[in-house]
Amino acid sequence: MNLQGGASAPPADRVLSDGDVPLKVRLRRAERVRKMTAFGLVAPLLVFLLLTFVVPIAGMLWRSVGDSELSKVLPRTEAALVTWDGKSLPGEAAFHALADDLAQARADDTAVIAARRLNYDVSGLHSAVMSLARHPFDPAATPSYRDAVIAVNHHWGDVAAWGAIRHARGPLTDFYLLSALDLHQDASGAIHRVSADRAIYLDVLARTFRISLTVTLFCLVLGFPVAYLLATQPPKIANGLMILVLLPFWTSLLVRTAAWVVVLQDQGIVNDLLLWLGIIDHPLRLIYNAIGVHVAMTHVLLPFMILPLYSTMKSIKPHFMRAATSLGAPPSVAFLRVYLPQCLPGIAAGCLLVFILAIGYYITPALVGGASDQMLSYFIAFFITDSVNWGLASALGAVLLGATLLLYAVYSKLVGGTDIKMG
Amino acid sequence: MVAEQNEQQPLVQFSQVQKSYDGETLVVKHLDLDIQRGEFLTLLGPSGSGKTTTLMMLAGFEVPTHGDIRLNGRAITSTPPHKRNIGMVFQNYALFPHMTVAQNVAFPLEVRKLPKDQIAAKVQKALGMVRLDAFGQRRPAQLSGGQQQRVALARALVFEPELVLMDEPLGALDKQLREHMQMEIKHLHDKLGLTVVYVTHDQSEALTMSDRVAVFNDGVIQQIDSPSALYEKPRNSFVANFIGENNNLNGEVVEMDQEVCAVRLDDGSLVRAARINVHAVGARTTLSIRPERLYVDQEHEGATNQLSGQVEETIYLGDHIRVVVRLAGGDQIMVKVQAGPHLAMPRPGDAIRLAFRTEDCRALNPVAAGKMADAGSTSH
Repeated sequence: MNLQGGASAPPADRVLSDGDVPLKVRLRRAERVRKMTAFGLVAPLLVFLLLTFVVPIAGMLWRSVGDSELSKVLPRTEAALVTWDGKSLPGEAAFHALADDLAQARADDTAVIAARRLNYDVSGLHSAVMSLARHPFDPAATPSYRDAVIAVNHHWGDVAAWGAIRHARGPLTDFYLLSALDLHQDASGAIHRVSADRAIYLDVLARTFRISLTVTLFCLVLGFPVAYLLATQPPKIANGLMILVLLPFWTSLLVRTAAWVVVLQDQGIVNDLLLWLGIIDHPLRLIYNAIGVHVAMTHVLLPFMILPLYSTMKSIKPHFMRAATSLGAPPSVAFLRVYLPQCLPGIAAGCLLVFILAIGYYITPALVGGASDQMLSYFIAFFITDSVNWGLASALGAVLLGATLLLYAVYSKLVGGTDIKMG
Repeated sequence: MVAEQNEQQPLVQFSQVQKSYDGETLVVKHLDLDIQRGEFLTLLGPSGSGKTTTLMMLAGFEVPTHGDIRLNGRAITSTPPHKRNIGMVFQNYALFPHMTVAQNVAFPLEVRKLPKDQIAAKVQKALGMVRLDAFGQRRPAQLSGGQQQRVALARALVFEPELVLMDEPLGALDKQLREHMQMEIKHLHDKLGLTVVYVTHDQSEALTMSDRVAVFNDGVIQQIDSPSALYEKPRNSFVANFIGENNNLNGEVVEMDQEVCAVRLDDGSLVRAARINVHAVGARTTLSIRPERLYVDQEHEGATNQLSGQVEETIYLGDHIRVVVRLAGGDQIMVKVQAGPHLAMPRPGDAIRLAFRTEDCRALNPVAAGKMADAGSTSH
């Protein structure tokens, strides 16, 4: 310390410091080191999340709006269509450019890319592209490419085919996102609903939400009393019950779902029991339909409702109920006015958790549902693995993500975001 | 207020009440207790003595396994808590965190379905009574501990219950605030003419506030009396040791009449003591003497008993000095001596003679030396 002693001693409230560096700076440095250490500890997880979560989601979102493959295969055609009005067939130049592009594409073995991409938009264009690519044109013997091309395949005489080419010029497109919402942009640029026989995704989206909402309600109704029991029993009993709640977590999802097949099938335990009791005279259809989906999903998701509820209820001390009854409230009123409002953060967290998990469900509906019970994830999986239409799969994924985020925003607005208590 | 014709009748009567949780051990062994209208009764005792169970049975949260409880002469043993019309203040306040202060206070009136304007007026009055008029729109979490406890008081009083129960309501507050709230509760009791049953394990709180104190131990009321009677005239060794500071001296009764007995202490000295809780010559007894009733100046008027010993330790405490004296027989005894600049201070190692009056030395039931330490440690 730089104490000078005697009369020249510094005033008592001055901050003393060793060496030349002011104390403030040294404190700040120490704080920075502490922060860096903390960051270093979370960095591996951060990198892991970045690589496995943020990057794939960003990639998916990009795929739902990116559209660059066609313009690589048909560069001249796209250039020729820049000034096209989209109302009548394009001019001779566009037909000529298409014929040239496809001849080149055939040589490069890339015609199939254009064929697949254009077929997403207008069905039948796959064969139109492939037949045109295989057809040799002699420039000298072809007075009108327009007539010649239409002669090879009649689709090229349709404005829609050319609209599809121009719509797919990239690098960005709204085609997949519009498709995911059952919308279509025609050659002139107007957006309209697709015909009823082709519209499926809005129905699927509505079904996904409906099933998720019902499952969430079932979970709440079934989980609330269990959570209450867990929170109010002495630890010895509560621990035993908790193991029963957690038991499903230790079993594979596939095994649990398959177990429901065994239980609910026509010769399953439930039907056998009902037949034996004489309540029914022929087996009820309990699986491969909506009943199976709801039962199995509720079962699988129940712990996600019970755990947040339990943790909230555990923090509500019994003296609140005692106080309410001592103040003259009958038990039912005390429950509704004192206990339930304090459970709300747990109810909100449980419902949100179950609902968000439910709208992404794939395996369970796929195994125990019928054709009309498939949820959005089923179609995403279908487009990724079966039809290799990653753009549409990504767009459906983006719609799901958007719907979830929107819901969360509304929900946290209603409940007050900070009040949501996760587990 | 109800039933003026029953003015003589106690407000609450416990008769032959027992309570056991497991069917084997009794938490409350035998309880006969009358609580008078308008009195401030404190149930005092160490934890596990049955005082809280007694309060919970009165509130209706526990059911006696035997006997019955009457409120205004009417048996309430099977009345559920919400129909008893008893106000209650809890140790942790139990204010509803999702309601404002005003909503908390309005709660008992709303469940009684009072008209809105009456509720508003009564809430305002109750908050005024605890000097929290301006805090109605706050949440309980925004208040200090003392303010929260005042809200809990207002809420328990707003529906004008015949009886208010308080379960260690000041336990969570610091010492200064606790003393302040003690006075506040006492003043509310006097002003509103409330009947209060108050549970605490803090003897100074009990002595400060109460008209009567019931000292619980082992599921039984050891003594129920005014604070001064409890301190001056404890009827057994537990009360003597639990209330205030106390010296215990063990010995054997050698002679006794109606009021006085002669006791031969274990070191051989003979003292005369007031006969309180001894029944036969030859029986063991424990003498109880308060530290301030032992005099070091031997000429003290009326102090006929004498003991000699050696000063072991002195502790200076401003207004008095505590002197720890080792008696000839080996027992340790504490003496409070007045301190002052003109007074000599005893020094460790000094030989000392102590004198005390017969009536200040009470012959009580015998306690084993180990037990004494236990009983002593609970009286803080």
